Amino acid sequence: MIDLNAIHKTFNPGQPNQVNAVNGIDLKINTGEFLVIVGSNGSGKTTLLDMVAGSVFPTSGTIAIDDENVTKLHDYQRSKWIARVFQNPMSGTASNLSILDNFRLAAIRTRAKGLGIGVNEVFKNQVKEKISTLGLGLENKVDQQMGTLSGGQRQALTLLMSVMDSCKVLLLDEPTAALDPRSADVVMRTADELIKDYRLTAILITHNLKDAFTYGNRIILMGEGYIRKDLDTKNKQNLKQSDLFDWFS
Amino acid sequence: MDFYLTALLQGLCFSALALGIFISMKIFNIPDITTDGSYTLGGVVTAVMITHHQPAYIILPAVIVAGGLAGALTGIIHTKLKINALLAGILVMTALYSVNLSIMGTSNLPLNSLPSLFSLLHISSDANHNAFFIVATFVLVIVVLIGYLLKTDFGIAMRATGNSESMIRALGVNTDRMKITGLALANALTAVSGYLISQYQGFTDISMGIGIVIIGLGSVIIAETLINWFKITSVWLSLGLVLAGAIIFQLVLALTLDIGVDANLLKLVTAAFVLIIVSLPRLKFGRTR
Repeated sequence: MIDLNAIHKTFNPGQPNQVNAVNGIDLKINTGEFLVIVGSNGSGKTTLLDMVAGSVFPTSGTIAIDDENVTKLHDYQRSKWIARVFQNPMSGTASNLSILDNFRLAAIRTRAKGLGIGVNEVFKNQVKEKISTLGLGLENKVDQQMGTLSGGQRQALTLLMSVMDSCKVLLLDEPTAALDPRSADVVMRTADELIKDYRLTAILITHNLKDAFTYGNRIILMGEGYIRKDLDTKNKQNLKQSDLFDWFS
Repeated sequence: MDFYLTALLQGLCFSALALGIFISMKIFNIPDITTDGSYTLGGVVTAVMITHHQPAYIILPAVIVAGGLAGALTGIIHTKLKINALLAGILVMTALYSVNLSIMGTSNLPLNSLPSLFSLLHISSDANHNAFFIVATFVLVIVVLIGYLLKTDFGIAMRATGNSESMIRALGVNTDRMKITGLALANALTAVSGYLISQYQGFTDISMGIGIVIIGLGSVIIAETLINWFKITSVWLSLGLVLAGAIIFQLVLALTLDIGVDANLLKLVTAAFVLIIVSLPRLKFGRTR
Protein backbone atom coordinates (compact mmCIF):
# COMPACT_ATOMS: atom_id res chain seq x y z
CA MET A 1 0.00 0.00 0.00
CA ILE A 2 1.17 3.54 -0.78
CA ASP A 3 0.24 6.14 1.80
CA LEU A 4 0.74 9.84 1.09
CA ASN A 5 0.07 11.98 4.11
CA ALA A 6 -0.35 15.80 3.95
CA ILE A 7 2.05 16.13 1.03
CA HIS A 8 3.12 19.62 0.01
CA LYS A 9 5.65 20.57 -2.62
CA THR A 10 6.85 24.09 -3.21
CA PHE A 11 9.47 24.81 -5.85
CA ASN A 12 11.78 27.84 -5.38
CA PRO A 13 10.31 28.80 -1.98
CA GLY A 14 10.56 32.51 -1.15
CA GLN A 15 11.68 33.33 -4.70
CA PRO A 16 9.69 35.44 -7.18
CA ASN A 17 9.18 32.25 -9.24
CA GLN A 18 7.80 30.21 -6.31
CA VAL A 19 5.42 27.47 -7.42
CA ASN A 20 3.12 25.57 -5.07
CA ALA A 21 2.89 22.38 -7.12
CA VAL A 22 1.17 20.12 -4.58
CA ASN A 23 -0.94 21.49 -1.76
CA GLY A 24 -1.55 19.05 1.07
CA ILE A 25 -2.54 15.82 -0.60
CA ASP A 26 -3.72 12.83 1.43
CA LEU A 27 -3.92 9.68 -0.66
CA LYS A 28 -4.01 5.97 0.08
CA ILE A 29 -3.47 3.55 -2.80
CA ASN A 30 -4.28 -0.03 -1.89
CA THR A 31 -2.23 -3.03 -2.93
CA GLY A 32 -3.21 -4.16 -6.42
CA GLU A 33 -5.01 -0.91 -7.18
CA PHE A 34 -4.48 0.64 -10.63
CA LEU A 35 -4.86 4.39 -10.14
CA VAL A 36 -5.19 6.73 -13.10
CA ILE A 37 -4.38 10.40 -12.56
CA VAL A 38 -5.64 13.02 -15.00
CA GLY A 39 -5.44 16.78 -14.90
CA SER A 40 -4.43 19.83 -16.88
CA ASN A 41 -0.81 20.84 -17.36
CA GLY A 42 0.52 22.28 -14.12
CA SER A 43 -2.03 20.44 -11.98
CA GLY A 44 0.75 18.74 -10.00
CA LYS A 45 0.30 15.16 -11.18
CA THR A 46 3.87 14.62 -12.41
CA THR A 47 5.28 16.24 -9.26
CA LEU A 48 3.13 13.87 -7.22
CA LEU A 49 4.45 10.88 -9.19
CA ASP A 50 8.04 12.14 -8.85
CA MET A 51 7.55 12.32 -5.09
CA VAL A 52 6.29 8.74 -4.99
CA ALA A 53 9.28 7.68 -7.12
CA GLY A 54 11.72 9.60 -4.92
CA SER A 55 13.19 11.80 -7.63
CA VAL A 56 11.61 14.84 -5.91
CA PHE A 57 11.29 15.20 -2.13
CA PRO A 58 8.16 16.74 -0.61
CA THR A 59 8.48 20.08 1.19
CA SER A 60 6.39 18.56 3.97
CA GLY A 61 4.35 15.45 4.62
CA THR A 62 5.22 11.77 4.62
CA ILE A 63 5.21 8.93 2.10
CA ALA A 64 5.02 5.27 3.13
CA ILE A 65 5.17 2.11 1.06
CA ASP A 66 3.97 -1.06 2.78
CA ASP A 67 4.00 0.82 6.10
CA GLU A 68 7.68 1.76 5.67
CA ASN A 69 8.39 5.49 5.74
CA VAL A 70 10.25 6.22 2.50
CA THR A 71 9.95 10.02 2.56
CA LYS A 72 13.70 10.59 2.83
CA LEU A 73 14.74 7.74 0.55
CA HIS A 74 16.19 8.59 -2.86
CA ASP A 75 14.77 7.15 -6.08
CA TYR A 76 17.54 4.54 -6.34
CA GLN A 77 16.74 3.40 -2.79
CA ARG A 78 13.01 3.10 -3.57
CA SER A 79 13.78 0.87 -6.55
CA LYS A 80 13.39 -1.96 -4.02
CA TRP A 81 9.63 -1.51 -4.45
CA ILE A 82 9.17 0.71 -7.48
CA ALA A 83 9.66 0.29 -11.23
CA ARG A 84 9.06 3.25 -13.49
CA VAL A 85 8.21 3.86 -17.13
CA PHE A 86 9.09 7.39 -18.23
CA GLN A 87 7.26 9.65 -20.66
CA ASN A 88 10.32 9.79 -22.89
CA PRO A 89 11.28 6.29 -24.15
CA MET A 90 14.92 7.47 -24.18
CA SER A 91 14.83 8.02 -20.40
CA GLY A 92 13.74 4.51 -19.46
CA THR A 93 16.43 2.64 -21.36
CA ALA A 94 20.13 3.09 -22.12
CA SER A 95 20.41 3.58 -25.88
CA ASN A 96 24.13 2.73 -26.16
CA LEU A 97 23.69 -0.58 -24.35
CA SER A 98 22.35 -3.73 -25.94
CA ILE A 99 18.81 -4.88 -25.19
CA LEU A 100 20.38 -7.75 -23.24
CA ASP A 101 22.48 -5.41 -21.07
CA ASN A 102 19.41 -3.25 -20.38
CA PHE A 103 17.50 -6.35 -19.28
CA ARG A 104 20.42 -7.49 -17.13
CA LEU A 105 20.32 -4.25 -15.16
CA ALA A 106 16.56 -4.58 -14.79
CA ALA A 107 16.94 -8.17 -13.59
CA ILE A 108 19.16 -7.03 -10.70
CA ARG A 109 17.24 -3.85 -9.92
CA THR A 110 16.87 -4.72 -6.23
CA ARG A 111 20.32 -6.25 -5.88
CA ALA A 112 23.92 -4.99 -5.80
CA LYS A 113 25.63 -4.61 -9.15
CA GLY A 114 28.66 -6.80 -8.49
CA LEU A 115 31.78 -7.87 -10.31
CA GLY A 116 30.31 -11.05 -11.76
CA ILE A 117 29.28 -11.43 -15.39
CA GLY A 118 25.54 -12.02 -15.40
CA VAL A 119 24.91 -11.91 -19.14
CA ASN A 120 25.28 -15.50 -20.30
CA GLU A 121 23.44 -17.93 -22.59
CA VAL A 122 20.94 -18.94 -19.89
CA PHE A 123 20.06 -15.31 -19.20
CA LYS A 124 19.91 -14.56 -22.92
CA ASN A 125 17.37 -17.34 -23.46
CA GLN A 126 15.28 -16.12 -20.51
CA VAL A 127 15.20 -12.62 -22.00
CA LYS A 128 14.36 -13.93 -25.47
CA GLU A 129 11.47 -15.93 -24.04
CA LYS A 130 10.17 -12.94 -22.12
CA ILE A 131 10.45 -10.59 -25.10
CA SER A 132 8.70 -13.07 -27.41
CA THR A 133 5.52 -12.59 -25.36
CA LEU A 134 5.26 -9.08 -26.78
CA GLY A 135 4.85 -10.42 -30.31
CA LEU A 136 6.98 -7.62 -31.74
CA GLY A 137 9.68 -9.91 -33.17
CA LEU A 138 12.36 -8.38 -30.97
CA GLU A 139 13.52 -11.66 -29.43
CA ASN A 140 16.12 -12.13 -32.16
CA LYS A 141 17.52 -8.64 -31.71
CA VAL A 142 18.65 -8.88 -28.08
CA ASP A 143 22.28 -8.14 -28.98
CA GLN A 144 21.25 -5.01 -30.85
CA GLN A 145 21.69 -1.59 -29.25
CA MET A 146 18.53 -0.28 -27.58
CA GLY A 147 18.95 2.99 -29.50
CA THR A 148 18.18 1.25 -32.79
CA LEU A 149 14.59 0.53 -31.71
CA SER A 150 11.55 2.75 -32.12
CA GLY A 151 10.02 4.63 -29.19
CA GLY A 152 7.10 2.21 -28.98
CA GLN A 153 9.37 -0.83 -28.97
CA ARG A 154 11.51 0.74 -26.25
CA GLN A 155 8.49 1.55 -24.07
CA ALA A 156 7.16 -1.99 -24.45
CA LEU A 157 10.57 -3.37 -23.44
CA THR A 158 10.76 -0.94 -20.50
CA LEU A 159 7.49 -2.40 -19.26
CA LEU A 160 8.87 -5.92 -19.49
CA MET A 161 12.05 -4.77 -17.75
CA SER A 162 9.97 -3.53 -14.83
CA VAL A 163 8.93 -7.10 -13.96
CA MET A 164 12.34 -8.70 -14.49
CA ASP A 165 12.98 -8.34 -10.75
CA SER A 166 10.52 -8.27 -7.86
CA CYS A 167 8.29 -5.24 -8.20
CA LYS A 168 5.37 -4.03 -6.11
CA VAL A 169 4.65 -0.61 -7.56
CA LEU A 170 4.63 0.39 -11.22
CA LEU A 171 4.69 4.09 -12.07
CA LEU A 172 3.60 5.01 -15.58
CA ASP A 173 4.39 8.62 -16.40
CA GLU A 174 2.49 9.38 -19.62
CA PRO A 175 4.09 6.30 -21.20
CA THR A 176 2.31 6.75 -24.54
CA ALA A 177 2.70 10.52 -24.93
CA ALA A 178 5.51 10.20 -27.47
CA LEU A 179 4.07 7.25 -29.39
CA ASP A 180 1.92 6.75 -32.46
CA PRO A 181 -1.61 5.36 -31.79
CA ARG A 182 -0.75 1.75 -32.68
CA SER A 183 2.40 1.65 -30.51
CA ALA A 184 0.52 3.42 -27.74
CA ASP A 185 -2.16 0.72 -27.85
CA VAL A 186 0.45 -2.07 -27.62
CA VAL A 187 2.16 -0.36 -24.69
CA MET A 188 -1.07 0.23 -22.74
CA ARG A 189 -2.35 -3.29 -23.31
CA THR A 190 1.02 -4.72 -22.23
CA ALA A 191 1.01 -2.53 -19.13
CA ASP A 192 -2.52 -3.62 -18.23
CA GLU A 193 -1.66 -7.31 -18.65
CA LEU A 194 1.51 -7.04 -16.55
CA ILE A 195 -0.31 -5.14 -13.79
CA LYS A 196 -2.94 -7.87 -13.64
CA ASP A 197 -0.54 -10.83 -14.03
CA TYR A 198 1.91 -9.60 -11.39
CA ARG A 199 -0.80 -8.03 -9.15
CA LEU A 200 1.07 -4.72 -9.16
CA THR A 201 -0.01 -1.50 -7.52
CA ALA A 202 0.10 0.98 -10.37
CA ILE A 203 -0.19 4.71 -10.98
CA LEU A 204 -0.79 5.96 -14.51
CA ILE A 205 -0.55 9.61 -15.45
CA THR A 206 -2.14 10.37 -18.78
CA HIS A 207 -3.64 13.11 -20.91
CA ASN A 208 -5.33 10.48 -23.04
CA LEU A 209 -8.89 10.37 -21.72
CA LYS A 210 -9.67 7.18 -23.66
CA ASP A 211 -6.85 5.41 -21.79
CA ALA A 212 -7.97 6.99 -18.53
CA PHE A 213 -11.47 5.63 -19.16
CA THR A 214 -10.36 2.18 -20.38
CA TYR A 215 -7.64 1.32 -17.89
CA GLY A 216 -7.39 1.27 -14.12
CA ASN A 217 -9.88 0.74 -11.34
CA ARG A 218 -9.67 4.17 -9.74
CA ILE A 219 -9.40 7.64 -11.22
CA ILE A 220 -8.31 10.96 -9.77
CA LEU A 221 -8.61 14.43 -11.24
CA MET A 222 -5.95 16.87 -10.08
CA GLY A 223 -6.09 20.64 -10.35
CA GLU A 224 -3.78 23.34 -8.95
CA GLY A 225 -2.04 20.85 -6.68
CA TYR A 226 -5.24 19.47 -5.15
CA ILE A 227 -7.28 16.31 -5.71
CA ARG A 228 -10.51 17.61 -7.26
CA LYS A 229 -12.26 14.28 -7.87
CA ASP A 230 -11.56 10.73 -6.70
CA LEU A 231 -13.64 7.87 -8.10
CA ASP A 232 -13.15 4.37 -6.69
CA THR A 233 -13.74 1.12 -8.63
CA LYS A 234 -17.52 1.20 -8.30
CA ASN A 235 -17.87 4.86 -9.23
CA LYS A 236 -15.40 4.54 -12.09
CA GLN A 237 -17.50 1.72 -13.54
CA ASN A 238 -20.45 4.08 -13.64
CA LEU A 239 -18.36 6.77 -15.29
CA LYS A 240 -19.04 7.60 -18.95
CA GLN A 241 -16.25 8.71 -21.24
CA SER A 242 -18.16 11.94 -21.89
CA ASP A 243 -18.10 12.65 -18.13
CA LEU A 244 -14.33 12.72 -18.31
CA PHE A 245 -14.41 15.33 -21.05
CA ASP A 246 -16.82 17.36 -18.91
CA TRP A 247 -14.24 17.40 -16.08
CA PHE A 248 -11.96 19.48 -18.30
CA SER A 249 -14.59 21.82 -19.69
CA MET B 1 63.15 2.74 -37.40
CA ASP B 2 63.99 3.17 -33.71
CA PHE B 3 62.37 6.58 -33.96
CA TYR B 4 59.04 4.97 -34.82
CA LEU B 5 59.54 2.23 -32.24
CA THR B 6 59.95 4.97 -29.64
CA ALA B 7 56.70 6.53 -30.85
CA LEU B 8 55.02 3.13 -30.61
CA LEU B 9 56.32 2.73 -27.07
CA GLN B 10 55.08 6.18 -26.12
CA GLY B 11 51.72 5.33 -27.65
CA LEU B 12 51.53 2.21 -25.50
CA CYS B 13 52.51 4.20 -22.40
CA PHE B 14 49.79 6.75 -23.19
CA SER B 15 47.16 4.05 -23.82
CA ALA B 16 46.36 3.90 -20.08
CA LEU B 17 45.74 7.65 -20.20
CA ALA B 18 43.56 7.18 -23.30
CA LEU B 19 41.57 4.46 -21.50
CA GLY B 20 41.11 6.85 -18.58
CA ILE B 21 39.78 9.58 -20.88
CA PHE B 22 37.59 6.98 -22.62
CA ILE B 23 36.04 6.08 -19.26
CA SER B 24 35.44 9.65 -18.10
CA MET B 25 34.45 11.17 -21.44
CA LYS B 26 32.75 8.38 -23.38
CA ILE B 27 31.39 6.12 -20.64
CA PHE B 28 30.46 8.71 -18.02
CA ASN B 29 30.04 11.63 -20.39
CA ILE B 30 32.06 13.82 -18.02
CA PRO B 31 34.68 16.22 -19.42
CA ASP B 32 37.38 15.59 -16.82
CA ILE B 33 40.61 17.54 -17.03
CA THR B 34 41.99 16.41 -13.70
CA THR B 35 44.10 14.40 -16.15
CA ASP B 36 46.89 16.99 -16.42
CA GLY B 37 47.41 16.81 -12.66
CA SER B 38 46.84 13.10 -12.06
CA TYR B 39 49.22 12.15 -14.90
CA THR B 40 51.99 14.20 -13.29
CA LEU B 41 50.98 12.82 -9.88
CA GLY B 42 51.57 9.30 -11.20
CA GLY B 43 55.03 10.33 -12.40
CA VAL B 44 55.83 12.17 -9.18
CA VAL B 45 54.82 9.28 -6.91
CA THR B 46 56.84 6.92 -9.11
CA ALA B 47 59.95 9.13 -9.08
CA VAL B 48 59.85 9.82 -5.35
CA MET B 49 59.35 6.14 -4.49
CA ILE B 50 62.05 4.97 -6.89
CA THR B 51 64.54 7.50 -5.54
CA HIS B 52 63.64 6.32 -2.03
CA HIS B 53 64.39 2.76 -3.16
CA GLN B 54 60.87 1.45 -2.57
CA PRO B 55 60.15 -2.01 -3.99
CA ALA B 56 58.45 -2.16 -7.40
CA TYR B 57 55.42 -4.06 -6.07
CA ILE B 58 54.56 -1.12 -3.80
CA ILE B 59 55.11 1.67 -6.34
CA LEU B 60 52.37 0.68 -8.78
CA PRO B 61 49.61 0.29 -6.13
CA ALA B 62 50.69 3.64 -4.62
CA VAL B 63 50.41 5.30 -8.05
CA ILE B 64 46.95 3.77 -8.60
CA VAL B 65 45.75 4.91 -5.17
CA ALA B 66 47.14 8.44 -5.67
CA GLY B 67 45.52 8.82 -9.10
CA GLY B 68 42.30 7.28 -7.79
CA LEU B 69 42.14 9.74 -4.90
CA ALA B 70 42.64 12.68 -7.25
CA GLY B 71 39.79 11.45 -9.48
CA ALA B 72 37.56 10.70 -6.51
CA LEU B 73 38.12 14.24 -5.24
CA THR B 74 36.97 15.67 -8.58
CA GLY B 75 33.97 13.32 -8.43
CA ILE B 76 33.06 14.40 -4.90
CA ILE B 77 33.33 18.11 -5.77
CA HIS B 78 31.19 17.54 -8.87
CA THR B 79 28.48 15.35 -7.33
CA LYS B 80 28.28 16.44 -3.71
CA LEU B 81 28.95 20.17 -4.13
CA LYS B 82 27.06 20.25 -7.44
CA ILE B 83 29.94 22.02 -9.19
CA ASN B 84 30.31 21.70 -12.95
CA ALA B 85 32.55 18.74 -13.77
CA LEU B 86 34.87 20.87 -15.92
CA LEU B 87 35.39 23.37 -13.10
CA ALA B 88 35.82 20.57 -10.53
CA GLY B 89 38.55 19.07 -12.74
CA ILE B 90 40.27 22.43 -13.18
CA LEU B 91 40.25 23.01 -9.41
CA VAL B 92 41.75 19.62 -8.60
CA MET B 93 44.25 19.88 -11.47
CA THR B 94 45.39 23.30 -10.21
CA ALA B 95 45.67 22.07 -6.64
CA LEU B 96 47.63 19.02 -7.79
CA TYR B 97 50.38 21.23 -9.22
CA SER B 98 51.25 22.37 -5.69
CA VAL B 99 50.72 18.88 -4.28
CA ASN B 100 53.05 17.39 -6.90
CA LEU B 101 55.68 20.05 -6.30
CA SER B 102 55.47 19.47 -2.54
CA ILE B 103 55.79 15.69 -2.87
CA MET B 104 58.72 15.92 -5.27
CA GLY B 105 60.45 18.84 -3.51
CA THR B 106 61.96 19.93 -6.81
CA SER B 107 60.69 20.62 -10.31
CA ASN B 108 62.61 17.76 -11.91
CA LEU B 109 63.72 14.41 -10.60
CA PRO B 110 66.06 12.25 -12.72
CA LEU B 111 65.74 8.47 -12.49
CA ASN B 112 68.80 7.50 -14.50
CA SER B 113 70.70 4.46 -13.25
CA LEU B 114 67.99 3.69 -10.71
CA PRO B 115 66.11 0.38 -10.97
CA SER B 116 62.80 0.68 -12.83
CA LEU B 117 60.06 -1.42 -14.40
CA PHE B 118 62.27 -1.70 -17.50
CA SER B 119 65.25 -3.05 -15.62
CA LEU B 120 63.18 -5.71 -13.84
CA LEU B 121 62.94 -8.04 -16.84
CA HIS B 122 65.40 -8.73 -19.62
CA ILE B 123 63.46 -10.34 -22.43
CA SER B 124 65.62 -8.82 -25.18
CA SER B 125 69.16 -7.44 -25.26
CA ASP B 126 67.90 -4.37 -27.17
CA ALA B 127 66.64 -1.80 -24.63
CA ASN B 128 63.81 -0.59 -26.88
CA HIS B 129 62.64 -4.11 -27.71
CA ASN B 130 62.81 -5.03 -24.04
CA ALA B 131 60.75 -1.95 -23.14
CA PHE B 132 58.28 -2.80 -25.90
CA PHE B 133 57.64 -6.32 -24.57
CA ILE B 134 57.24 -5.07 -21.00
CA VAL B 135 54.93 -2.15 -21.84
CA ALA B 136 52.90 -4.22 -24.32
CA THR B 137 52.32 -6.92 -21.69
CA PHE B 138 51.52 -4.29 -19.08
CA VAL B 139 48.99 -2.57 -21.35
CA LEU B 140 47.45 -5.87 -22.40
CA VAL B 141 46.81 -6.73 -18.75
CA ILE B 142 45.18 -3.31 -18.22
CA VAL B 143 42.96 -3.71 -21.29
CA VAL B 144 41.88 -7.20 -20.21
CA LEU B 145 41.06 -5.99 -16.68
CA ILE B 146 39.09 -2.95 -17.91
CA GLY B 147 37.36 -5.05 -20.57
CA TYR B 148 36.33 -7.60 -17.97
CA LEU B 149 35.13 -4.86 -15.62
CA LEU B 150 32.94 -3.31 -18.32
CA LYS B 151 31.31 -6.68 -19.01
CA THR B 152 30.38 -7.26 -15.35
CA ASP B 153 27.08 -6.15 -13.81
CA PHE B 154 28.96 -3.25 -12.22
CA GLY B 155 30.48 -2.36 -15.58
CA ILE B 156 27.08 -2.41 -17.32
CA ALA B 157 25.78 -0.08 -14.59
CA MET B 158 28.81 2.17 -15.19
CA ARG B 159 28.08 2.34 -18.91
CA ALA B 160 24.41 3.03 -18.28
CA THR B 161 25.21 5.88 -15.85
CA GLY B 162 26.66 8.04 -18.59
CA ASN B 163 23.99 7.01 -21.03
CA SER B 164 20.69 7.32 -19.17
CA GLU B 165 20.99 8.59 -15.62
CA SER B 166 17.25 8.60 -14.95
CA MET B 167 17.01 4.95 -16.03
CA ILE B 168 19.93 3.72 -13.97
CA ARG B 169 18.73 5.54 -10.84
CA ALA B 170 15.32 3.93 -11.29
CA LEU B 171 17.18 0.62 -11.47
CA GLY B 172 18.73 1.13 -8.05
CA VAL B 173 22.12 2.69 -8.77
CA ASN B 174 23.49 5.60 -6.76
CA THR B 175 24.79 7.61 -9.71
CA ASP B 176 26.82 10.01 -7.54
CA ARG B 177 28.78 7.11 -6.09
CA MET B 178 29.14 5.58 -9.54
CA LYS B 179 30.54 8.83 -11.00
CA ILE B 180 33.03 9.18 -8.14
CA THR B 181 34.16 5.57 -8.69
CA GLY B 182 34.39 6.12 -12.44
CA LEU B 183 36.48 9.28 -12.12
CA ALA B 184 38.71 7.53 -9.58
CA LEU B 185 39.24 4.67 -12.02
CA ALA B 186 39.87 7.02 -14.94
CA ASN B 187 42.47 9.03 -13.04
CA ALA B 188 44.10 5.92 -11.59
CA LEU B 189 44.66 4.82 -15.21
CA THR B 190 45.99 8.27 -16.09
CA ALA B 191 48.43 8.09 -13.18
CA VAL B 192 49.59 4.71 -14.49
CA SER B 193 50.52 6.45 -17.75
CA GLY B 194 52.59 8.91 -15.72
CA TYR B 195 54.18 5.91 -13.98
CA LEU B 196 55.13 4.31 -17.30
CA ILE B 197 56.33 7.47 -19.05
CA SER B 198 58.47 8.61 -16.10
CA GLN B 199 60.31 5.31 -16.03
CA TYR B 200 60.57 5.13 -19.81
CA GLN B 201 62.01 8.64 -20.24
CA GLY B 202 64.06 8.38 -17.05
CA PHE B 203 62.83 11.47 -15.24
CA THR B 204 59.74 13.20 -13.85
CA ASP B 205 59.16 16.85 -14.52
CA ILE B 206 56.56 19.01 -12.79
CA SER B 207 55.31 20.30 -16.16
CA MET B 208 55.13 16.90 -17.87
CA GLY B 209 51.33 16.90 -17.60
CA ILE B 210 50.64 20.30 -19.12
CA GLY B 211 48.33 19.78 -22.08
CA ILE B 212 48.54 15.99 -21.76
CA VAL B 213 44.73 15.75 -21.80
CA ILE B 214 44.84 16.58 -25.52
CA ILE B 215 46.80 13.37 -26.19
CA GLY B 216 44.14 11.33 -24.42
CA LEU B 217 41.34 13.22 -26.15
CA GLY B 218 42.98 12.83 -29.56
CA SER B 219 43.44 9.10 -29.01
CA VAL B 220 39.83 8.65 -27.91
CA ILE B 221 38.53 10.73 -30.80
CA ILE B 222 40.52 8.60 -33.28
CA ALA B 223 39.02 5.52 -31.61
CA GLU B 224 35.52 7.00 -31.65
CA THR B 225 35.81 7.86 -35.33
CA LEU B 226 36.83 4.28 -36.11
CA ILE B 227 34.08 2.91 -33.82
CA ASN B 228 31.48 4.97 -35.70
CA TRP B 229 32.88 4.14 -39.14
CA PHE B 230 32.83 0.41 -38.46
CA LYS B 231 29.63 0.56 -36.33
CA ILE B 232 31.36 -1.30 -33.50
CA THR B 233 29.35 -2.19 -30.42
CA SER B 234 31.74 -4.69 -28.80
CA VAL B 235 33.38 -3.47 -25.59
CA TRP B 236 36.57 -5.39 -26.37
CA LEU B 237 36.91 -3.95 -29.87
CA SER B 238 36.21 -0.45 -28.56
CA LEU B 239 38.99 -0.77 -25.99
CA GLY B 240 41.29 -2.16 -28.68
CA LEU B 241 40.57 0.87 -30.84
CA VAL B 242 41.33 3.23 -27.95
CA LEU B 243 44.67 1.48 -27.67
CA ALA B 244 45.13 1.82 -31.44
CA GLY B 245 44.12 5.49 -31.21
CA ALA B 246 46.87 6.19 -28.67
CA ILE B 247 49.46 4.51 -30.91
CA ILE B 248 48.23 6.16 -34.13
CA PHE B 249 48.34 9.54 -32.43
CA GLN B 250 52.00 9.13 -31.44
CA LEU B 251 52.94 7.70 -34.83
CA VAL B 252 51.40 10.70 -36.60
CA LEU B 253 53.40 13.06 -34.36
CA ALA B 254 56.55 11.03 -35.06
CA LEU B 255 55.86 11.23 -38.79
CA THR B 256 55.40 14.99 -38.48
CA LEU B 257 58.83 15.36 -36.90
CA ASP B 258 60.34 12.88 -39.36
CA ILE B 259 59.29 14.95 -42.37
CA GLY B 260 61.06 17.96 -40.90
CA VAL B 261 58.39 19.99 -39.11
CA ASP B 262 59.96 22.21 -36.45
CA ALA B 263 59.72 20.54 -33.02
CA ASN B 264 58.62 23.88 -31.55
CA LEU B 265 55.46 23.56 -33.61
CA LEU B 266 54.59 20.11 -32.20
CA LYS B 267 51.84 21.35 -29.87
CA LEU B 268 50.33 23.32 -32.75
CA VAL B 269 50.46 20.24 -34.96
CA THR B 270 48.88 18.19 -32.14
CA ALA B 271 46.01 20.64 -31.79
CA ALA B 272 45.54 20.83 -35.57
CA PHE B 273 45.56 17.03 -35.84
CA VAL B 274 42.90 16.66 -33.13
CA LEU B 275 40.84 19.38 -34.82
CA ILE B 276 41.02 17.53 -38.15
CA ILE B 277 39.96 14.23 -36.55
CA VAL B 278 37.08 15.91 -34.72
CA SER B 279 35.83 17.81 -37.73
CA LEU B 280 36.23 15.15 -40.43
CA PRO B 281 33.03 13.21 -39.58
CA ARG B 282 31.11 16.48 -39.27
CA LEU B 283 32.38 17.82 -42.60
CA LYS B 284 31.36 14.55 -44.24
CA PHE B 285 27.98 14.74 -42.53
CA GLY B 286 27.53 18.33 -43.74
CA ARG B 287 28.11 17.33 -47.35
CA THR B 288 25.62 14.48 -47.29
CA ARG B 289 22.78 16.57 -45.91
